[in-house]
Amino acid sequence: MRGTKMLRQIQFWLLAALASVLMAGCGEEYVVLNPKGPVGQTQYDLIMISIILCSIIVVPVIVLTIFIVFRYRDKPGNKAPYKPEWAHNAKMEVVWWAIPIIIVGLLSYYTVRDTYALKESPNKEAEPLVVQVTSLDWKWLFTYPEQGIATVNHLEIPVGVPVKFQISADAPMNSFWVPELGGQVYAMAGMTTELYLQADEPGEYDGRGANFTGEGFAHMEFKVVAKPQEEFEAWVKEVKGTTPALTKEGYEELQKPGLADVMTFSSFPEGLFEEIVSKYSHGHPIKTSDASSQSETQKASAAEEALSTQELHQAHAQ
Amino acid sequence: MWESLKEFASTFFVTGDPLIYGSDVAIVLTLAAIVFVLTKYKKWGWLWREWLTTVDHKKIGIMYLISALLMLFRGGVDALLMRAQLAFPNLEFLDSNHYNEIFTTHGTIMILFMAMPLLFALFNWVVPLQIGARDVAFPFLNAVSFWLFFFGALLFNISFVIGGSPDAGWLSYPPLSEEPFSMGPGQNFWIWGIQISGIGSLMTGINFIVTILKMRAPGMTLMKMPMFTWSVLSSCIMIIIAFPVLTVTIALLYLDRFLGAHFFTLDGGGNPMMYINLIWMWGHPEVYIVVVPAFGIYSDVVATFSRKKLFGYASMVAAVMSIAIVSYFTWGHHFFTMGTGAGVIAFFAVATMLIAIPTGVKVFNWMFTMFRGRISFKLPMLWTIAFIPCFVIGGATGVMLSMAPADYQYHNSYFLIGHFHQTLIGGVVFGYLAGMYYWWPKLFGFKLNEKLGQWAFWFWNIGFYVCFMPQYALGFMGMTRRYYTYGWDYGWETLNLVSTIGAFLMGIGFLFQVWQILYSIKNMEKEKDTTGDPWDGRTLEWSIPSPAPFYNFAVIPKVKDVDDWWRIKQEKANGTYKEEPVVLEPIHMPKNSGIPFVMAVFWFIAGFGFVWEWSWMAIIGMIGVFACMWARSFVYNDEYYVSVDEVRRIEASYGRVY
Repeated sequence: MRGTKMLRQIQFWLLAALASVLMAGCGEEYVVLNPKGPVGQTQYDLIMISIILCSIIVVPVIVLTIFIVFRYRDKPGNKAPYKPEWAHNAKMEVVWWAIPIIIVGLLSYYTVRDTYALKESPNKEAEPLVVQVTSLDWKWLFTYPEQGIATVNHLEIPVGVPVKFQISADAPMNSFWVPELGGQVYAMAGMTTELYLQADEPGEYDGRGANFTGEGFAHMEFKVVAKPQEEFEAWVKEVKGTTPALTKEGYEELQKPGLADVMTFSSFPEGLFEEIVSKYSHGHPIKTSDASSQSETQKASAAEEALSTQELHQAHAQ
Repeated sequence: MWESLKEFASTFFVTGDPLIYGSDVAIVLTLAAIVFVLTKYKKWGWLWREWLTTVDHKKIGIMYLISALLMLFRGGVDALLMRAQLAFPNLEFLDSNHYNEIFTTHGTIMILFMAMPLLFALFNWVVPLQIGARDVAFPFLNAVSFWLFFFGALLFNISFVIGGSPDAGWLSYPPLSEEPFSMGPGQNFWIWGIQISGIGSLMTGINFIVTILKMRAPGMTLMKMPMFTWSVLSSCIMIIIAFPVLTVTIALLYLDRFLGAHFFTLDGGGNPMMYINLIWMWGHPEVYIVVVPAFGIYSDVVATFSRKKLFGYASMVAAVMSIAIVSYFTWGHHFFTMGTGAGVIAFFAVATMLIAIPTGVKVFNWMFTMFRGRISFKLPMLWTIAFIPCFVIGGATGVMLSMAPADYQYHNSYFLIGHFHQTLIGGVVFGYLAGMYYWWPKLFGFKLNEKLGQWAFWFWNIGFYVCFMPQYALGFMGMTRRYYTYGWDYGWETLNLVSTIGAFLMGIGFLFQVWQILYSIKNMEKEKDTTGDPWDGRTLEWSIPSPAPFYNFAVIPKVKDVDDWWRIKQEKANGTYKEEPVVLEPIHMPKNSGIPFVMAVFWFIAGFGFVWEWSWMAIIGMIGVFACMWARSFVYNDEYYVSVDEVRRIEASYGRVY
């Protein structure tokens, strides 16, 4: 039948197209498949494991489907066996309950292993650099608490050193994503999420917001510049020496909805990030030891201690 | 006075966009044409008696189908507008706000106002016929469900010319969907459109569970139910557990917006993340609610067109029912990136992967139903065969997404977009189209043209792969969903253009289907189904004439096998069939009622009042709703009997003599 032949041809081309799309993944623009640091590498490895394990089912199923559809087509003179009542075979059914169970078991093992691994710093030897990330409408504010500087829509990090991002928002929820370095995590007002990334090669990497925040969302892009430690320190020094300070008023201006260019600031109000987080944690029992009394000092210290959602969770659980 | 009127009109009507003005004109012209035709041919009475007041599950099914196809058109146009905007970098065809409205309505319409009514169309067409029943358990409630859906959808749809469309995404995550980030009535339209139709969906779920459990023909034990009916049962169990969550969640969201409550707000102790949890407790079962019945359709179609019994029936039953249970434990995989502890993430990741096991088993069973069968490539079977490779790839990418650490890279990227369109189109839409082609002759008495259907099939399928395969690659390139524009810097332009071309190919496929339906209606004599069994079917619906008489079965059958009609045909062929003496009896049927329609109109009025926060209007509407319930409570005479002579006369008109 003409229809079958066409179907086969079409399927062939579709598979060929799929394969070429996957193979084209070697190109530099496939940022997820060209990781530049250990976190992205772990995720890349997991992606490859999953593609291989899934192919064990997908490829034979497609090939077998094409074969069956062709062989058992309704055509006069088709000599293939026809058994209209054959509808049960315990052995075969056990086999195809077992195959997906085994594959899912394997995938689960790798998933759980890496889930726990990525909660920790990828590089235990080096002390991580802390960067605080705030998602605003519609720009990113980065504050470096140890260096005392701040930037907008631009991030510089040293190569080979893990970076511990503490992420929050002073706007609707966003997601902080630098695909070449590793996966994303949400930026949520009133709490802090934590993400470790590390760049192993110097370079410029694209970062963006990955969760829709409204009108200016598509423009929340930033560059991450990874450079050797000395150059990074030189950059910090330069920022400290040559750029204006971010004031309270400056921040309030920045927080208003709108787009922003790249900015650098030699300093920022102390505890700005903690203040942003605690601004929305009003009413949340962050510190449960004495939740009923809500003096100002307690609230502030509570906010400081709420710097990871895990802690927040434990607090909720108690 | 004049000034304030002008000001009101400028917020009430959406202005300033040529696309909108075009739509305004189109809407007015269409309405005028409908009124003109109805008046000219004196069809107002016919419309009221035969359609607006009907409680016949088949007619309700047809109305669901028409609504769903209209919504498929609207959602499809939305999709093409988006793809047009993304065809090249830095295009200024749509601005950010307009684009945000369009992707929000596209998603909402496709899931809630296209997939759900198409699903309910098939429930209504098929379930009573397959189980040997004369209607659903609660025919009046069934009509209420339909009209609530209809007016909910209408309320949602008018938002683009009146008041402005919602633009916070199809699930309206707060705080973005809260004030001050989303002012104006747009979000309220989203809430109330879904709220009103959602109540209808919940009642449909209840109705069909009772129908399946209580109304089966004698002899049809649970394990003799056709596979589609099993899948509907599974789907309805999910509906009655999931939809109340939706109702409560968006009611709380509305309280935030209307009364200034603080359930999900940023400040005042609100917790937006709680909304995200709740909405996905509905949202994830929802995707299984729509896909599991498609599995049922494939099962029935693959057996019929392979002329062979469904392989592994018991396995299939176990698979659909286990999906119904496990579907409640996977919602967390929609936000692995929320930063919860590793234990929570691992739980949801593994629970999600477990779904792949029963689904994989089903695929093998479909393949081995075809194995040693005789496959004919009629339209329903073409869509089923196309479904298998498509869904296997979509399922595999779903498993890839469920691996949480890798998901940190896929989340909210075009990889995700590729995945869920592949499962929702390749799984759900292909399945519903297979079902529509398969059961169409039973409802309308003629088949749809094969040739035009094949054109549609190839355009849809080729278009599908051209559109969505590049999106996986774009995901690997780091392209995020909901971008209304992008630059030249990332190498995204080529694949985006390819994807847009694919989307338009699918659009052409849809046009072929419209042509196919119109052509087949015009030439219905040519493809007339005179036997009631055009596909050499296996289950009870094919034992009655086409189009099915309003009472379905002149005599309620006694069932002995899963494929009972196939058994009877086999026995007749080899001479072992024992004719049982048939005694026609008067048939007990429900009376039509206008109350469901009127009640839904009041819901619409109330909804419109809530949307604009005009309390007086909402109150009037709600009073009307309760008045309708009150009126219905005193209708004692809501049933009648069809006489034996009448039944005999109708059956004789089909050439069946009793």
